[in-house]
Amino acid sequence: MFAYDFMQNAFAAAGIVAVLAGVVGYFMVLRGQTFAGHALSHVGFTGATGAVLVGLSPLAGMMGMTVAAGVAMGMLGERLAHRDVAIGIVLSLSLGFGLLFLHFYTAFATQATALLFGNVLAVDAATVWTLLAVGILCLGALGVIMRPLLFASLQPELAEARGVPVRGFGMIFLAVVALATAACAQIVGVLLVFTLMVGPAAAALRVTGSVGRGLLLAAALALAEAWVGIAVAYVTDWPSSFWITALSGAAYLLAVAAVRG
Amino acid sequence: MMDAPGTPAVALRDVTLRLGGRPVLDAVTLAIGACEFVGVLGPNGAGKTTLMRTILGLVQPERGTVQVLGRAAARGNPAVGYMPQSRVALPTTRLTGQQMVAATVRGERLGLPSAGHATRAEVDRVLGLVDARALARRPMAEMSGGERQRVLLAQALVGRPRLLLLDEPLISLDPHHQHDVIALVRHVQLSLGITVLFSAHELNPLLGVLDRVLYLGGGRAALGTVDEVITGPVLSRLYGAEIDVVRLHGRIFVMAGRQEVAHCSHHAGASDDVRV
Repeated sequence: MFAYDFMQNAFAAAGIVAVLAGVVGYFMVLRGQTFAGHALSHVGFTGATGAVLVGLSPLAGMMGMTVAAGVAMGMLGERLAHRDVAIGIVLSLSLGFGLLFLHFYTAFATQATALLFGNVLAVDAATVWTLLAVGILCLGALGVIMRPLLFASLQPELAEARGVPVRGFGMIFLAVVALATAACAQIVGVLLVFTLMVGPAAAALRVTGSVGRGLLLAAALALAEAWVGIAVAYVTDWPSSFWITALSGAAYLLAVAAVRG
Repeated sequence: MMDAPGTPAVALRDVTLRLGGRPVLDAVTLAIGACEFVGVLGPNGAGKTTLMRTILGLVQPERGTVQVLGRAAARGNPAVGYMPQSRVALPTTRLTGQQMVAATVRGERLGLPSAGHATRAEVDRVLGLVDARALARRPMAEMSGGERQRVLLAQALVGRPRLLLLDEPLISLDPHHQHDVIALVRHVQLSLGITVLFSAHELNPLLGVLDRVLYLGGGRAALGTVDEVITGPVLSRLYGAEIDVVRLHGRIFVMAGRQEVAHCSHHAGASDDVRV
């Protein structure tokens, strides 16, 4: 299965994205911002379809839109990030615009399916390099702000009193989430980014009480789910996104059961 | 580390504070001495939280000066420890008490979270101060309200502060756990020789430990011993209404008309002091 270029690209892209999604997702779950991440992916759909319409690369369009929306969300403050109704409306509005752009582009159904549900086997070598650059940038930025971000996530008021620029770091984090979401959508599509970003992190947070082990476990789980999902998809000829969501769901349920039992 | 004798822990000079256009303190001058245990009381919206945030340098007074341990109030002062009003948080995570406290040890620095020897030693020290070493390995989500307050108090003691601001640490605790938290804070305050500002809805649980009480209301403030401040005339001035103080079996009831003030404001729900 590794004899094919497209399989090599798929494993490389999924590996990069899974590690990024696991680590970023850990902080999303810790900060209660999973729904905000979900909304960002839908905004990315608008960006991607809009970019295709004007002849740009969908990945560039998606990243541009998600980062802009993420920073805007951060500027409006923590309050917005927890407002379900406002986020839900932005989410559906974005999908609506995406649909409109697809309509103007006329009947490009495969493009729509690939954006919504992912098509990891269609990832080319250039995209792998882009994802690697995005992954290094995001993990690098997160590495720099991780300590104050953790402090601000667990005790925002105390962190503010100790001089942590809580709002600023929140904004940088949402920009990282935005890029990670766009990267993740290349593997599993905008509708299923939850499966790699939230599933493994939520399972890890349930299983271990240590931040360090939790981050490692989230990244390892995401990586295992992505790679095993693609391998099983290769054998069964079912969509890889389905297998990844199935594995992610199973891992989370196992984590819940393990802690209860 | 010791302050010059006579340097107040907190000194307000002619301070006017506003919150959303509404005056919270109006030209208030007062000084809280070193090593005092001061209860901060007053109706909801009287500005207990805003006063603490001003001492922390998070809120700027409209007029006047705020001195903390002899220097102008400024954000990030390591000599001031803070325990914010606790909210419902972290219900699904299993992060341990040790990890919660470790995140606050020099948590303002850039880089990766620290798991080094110095961090672990500091976490162990502050958990020991609040008699909570046994909670180090327990998940926060599985702790009782009183145990969680111990961990949060340990967080506030990180960095050896000389002034401790505790915002409503008794909220949502039953009377038994309230008593434990008060006794613990008094023990820590006396053994470390630090100043404590302790805000609360009710005076009675604190009666045995308070050195002085700071009562806020109607933009004014009264600071003094319980006998000096908790009187009909002083409280009537703060509330802007006729207030009676009834003492019964060592307990004190503050009454407006026929209702007890602390209780009726507690259940009113709408509150400027509670920040969600």
